[in-house]
Amino acid sequence: MSTTTEQATTSRVNSAMKEILASGASRAVLSVFLGFVVGALFMVFSNDAFLQSIQYFAAKPGDALGSAWTAIADGYAALFRGSIYNYQAANPVAAFRPITETLRFAGPLIAAALGVALAFRVGLFNIGASGQILFGALWATWISTRVTLPWGIHLIVALLVAILGAAAYGAIVGFLKARTGAHEVIVTIMMNYIAAGILTFFFRTPELLREADGGGTPKSDAPAVTAQLPVLLGPEYTLHWGFVLAIVGVVTYWWIMERSTMGYRFRMVGHNPDAARTAGINVERTFVLAMAVSGAFVGLAAANQALGARAGMTPDIDGTIGFDAITVALLGSSTAPGVLLAGLLFGAFKAGAPAMQAIGLSPEITGVVQGFIVLFIAAPPLVRAIFRLPAPQKTTVVADWWRGIFSRGGAK
Amino acid sequence: MSTVVTPGLFSQADVTVSKRTSYLLGFFALLVFFAFGIFGKAEPVAFQWSKEGDAIHLPDFIVGSNVVGIVVGSLLAAASVVSFLLARRRRATPMWITVGTGLTAVVALLAWIAAGDTIPFAFILGNAVVLAVPLALGAMGGIMSERVGVVNIAIEGQLLTGAFLAAVVGTLSGNLYVGLAAAMVGAALLSMVLAAFAIVYLVDQIIVGVVLNVLVLGITNFFYSQVLSNDGMHTNFPGTFDIMPIPGLSSIPILGHALFESRITTYLAYLIIPALWFVLFKTRLGLRARSVGEHPLAADTVGINVGRTRFWWVTIGGLVAGLGGAALTIGAVGAFGRNMSGGQGFIALAVVILGRWHPFSAAAAALLFGFSIVLRIWANQVSPDFPTDFITIVPYVVTLIAVIGFVGRVRAPAADGQPYIKG
Repeated sequence: MSTTTEQATTSRVNSAMKEILASGASRAVLSVFLGFVVGALFMVFSNDAFLQSIQYFAAKPGDALGSAWTAIADGYAALFRGSIYNYQAANPVAAFRPITETLRFAGPLIAAALGVALAFRVGLFNIGASGQILFGALWATWISTRVTLPWGIHLIVALLVAILGAAAYGAIVGFLKARTGAHEVIVTIMMNYIAAGILTFFFRTPELLREADGGGTPKSDAPAVTAQLPVLLGPEYTLHWGFVLAIVGVVTYWWIMERSTMGYRFRMVGHNPDAARTAGINVERTFVLAMAVSGAFVGLAAANQALGARAGMTPDIDGTIGFDAITVALLGSSTAPGVLLAGLLFGAFKAGAPAMQAIGLSPEITGVVQGFIVLFIAAPPLVRAIFRLPAPQKTTVVADWWRGIFSRGGAK
Repeated sequence: MSTVVTPGLFSQADVTVSKRTSYLLGFFALLVFFAFGIFGKAEPVAFQWSKEGDAIHLPDFIVGSNVVGIVVGSLLAAASVVSFLLARRRRATPMWITVGTGLTAVVALLAWIAAGDTIPFAFILGNAVVLAVPLALGAMGGIMSERVGVVNIAIEGQLLTGAFLAAVVGTLSGNLYVGLAAAMVGAALLSMVLAAFAIVYLVDQIIVGVVLNVLVLGITNFFYSQVLSNDGMHTNFPGTFDIMPIPGLSSIPILGHALFESRITTYLAYLIIPALWFVLFKTRLGLRARSVGEHPLAADTVGINVGRTRFWWVTIGGLVAGLGGAALTIGAVGAFGRNMSGGQGFIALAVVILGRWHPFSAAAAALLFGFSIVLRIWANQVSPDFPTDFITIVPYVVTLIAVIGFVGRVRAPAADGQPYIKG
């Protein structure tokens, strides 16, 4: 009797282990690890001391190995100091600044990635985050620099306009796909360039948005103080309320996708549009709605960029957020917590740049790490082969246990 | 048993011809006639056909800017009337009328921008060709990949790889042809990654493409800032291929300078584009490739190895795109710059679609994009007030219109983007 129970327990633990190892989360963690390993190789092979000592490797291998280790340790230590905690700082305020910078950079990344992730869940590929940011930021800048409103209302109006502008720009994509069958990838790529052209024109023309006494280069005024996202942790830190917006976005995303009827429809269309149609869902309308909601999340990123700024803005106000958002959504496997963590990681990469620059290592190394992480994420069989992970499991031990904790009905 | 006839495929009677093209032509006729003609500028404009010192020197053609507008506007109006008449007889407007009117409308636009100045025709066309070469070659790589059913979003990464390797290997080896070879092989290796992921691992092709772009951008940015920008003389100073005028052809009036006084990368593009057309549409190899892209199951049934065909076409497409990348550095300006391709791979993707997956149309589309870039630069010089940002977005709007099927239908290979799982 007791042996059978024991066997049952071990087999349950075994399948739980296998499920965890085969899960997307462990693959994501391992992909990040592999990305850092490859990044370390790049650091080593571009390090002068290492390249010199490798020439007499046979005579003194210790030199080469030592300089290789120094290169890696210095590089990642600088990344840590620049993005999490600066243990070399003179005072506690400065020591904690890196983590706040990480949060500041992560805000727009997370928000835009939520938009891309939502589209992924509906089976759509929104490459147009950059265009949606530009279009949302265009109207937000209009409100923040050309309209005078009382404190509070100004910010709310500008925020809504950013969200609505980006949502409208996204909805056009969904509409074109629904009406004409045009592939959303092509449409969004074209619309990115069109948005960039329109924004540049607005920022170049004095009657529209160009800064009050600017030169020939396209640039806007700084947003009015009443429309700026206020700082979050006092004047010592540049972190502003944009990060809070992103967190609100994460919770909203989770609620929409996991709890609402709309999210259920989204997921159904994403799994199998034909089955969804048979079940009575208007697939075309769902495409339009999904792209609009996706654009609305991207609009939070637009607000972050346009209203988080303290100086005039240039037409590259989207930075690389539009494309980084795709990698964040992929790494976060399009789930709310995944996107949050992936966004924080990539935000840390951005925040760590100056510290890496300071030790003579090009901060672009984080671009290499980022690229390899998503390469490993995109190819599950590759990571499984490297780490000899089990294939996806059909048992649901972990999921049952999880549901037992979190579902309102309690465990079965 | 009755046979079901697909409307439009066999019976002409069922075809309804859309009048959209006719309305569009009419709209442009009115626009040109009034904006550039009646309300245009009266200053004279000089069409400069040839450079000083040409063997055959054509005199400049001087005419009032608004006269050009009125003449071209009337021509366009005539074309739209023809188009309406054809549509009434249920016949589609021939492609040459649409393209021809487009080109004449551009002439009116040039005359309007350059009122009181000269239009250096040879300069504009020549630069348009140089700028079009990387786009056209990237698009050829894209066509080779998509014709066998693999969506290639990674053209951007292939161009960037080609541009980087051509400059760096060209400098290190001191031989630009070695650099050219390295560019092609490097981009082909990148293509192999795309092919392997898409065909063997069945990963979503668009995602792999985007990921490869991110990866190549990250790696080249890193090497650029860590190595190339510190020691540019020894790592990033390749120089460019010599300009080789083709004897005889280069002295043809108007076109000679623009087309036949160029670098080897341009001439290779002239060879590759018709060669690809010939292989795709006139040989057994091409028929097999297209069948794999249209209906892989049928191709498999008659004994074509779908996976292998896809793999090699995508890889060789990478060779061609790598050449396009080399054209950006050693075929134009020499040294490599950060993010040198700057989105040209995505434009090449637009070129593939606008060119309807056909080498010749794609080459023409690439020329349109090249032309729009030159036009922007030139318009900025002759009339600084002109909103050049709108010239920038015109090709993208045209592509968007083409994709949503407003003017004619754009149809991708049927199995484009779909993995083939042998069942």
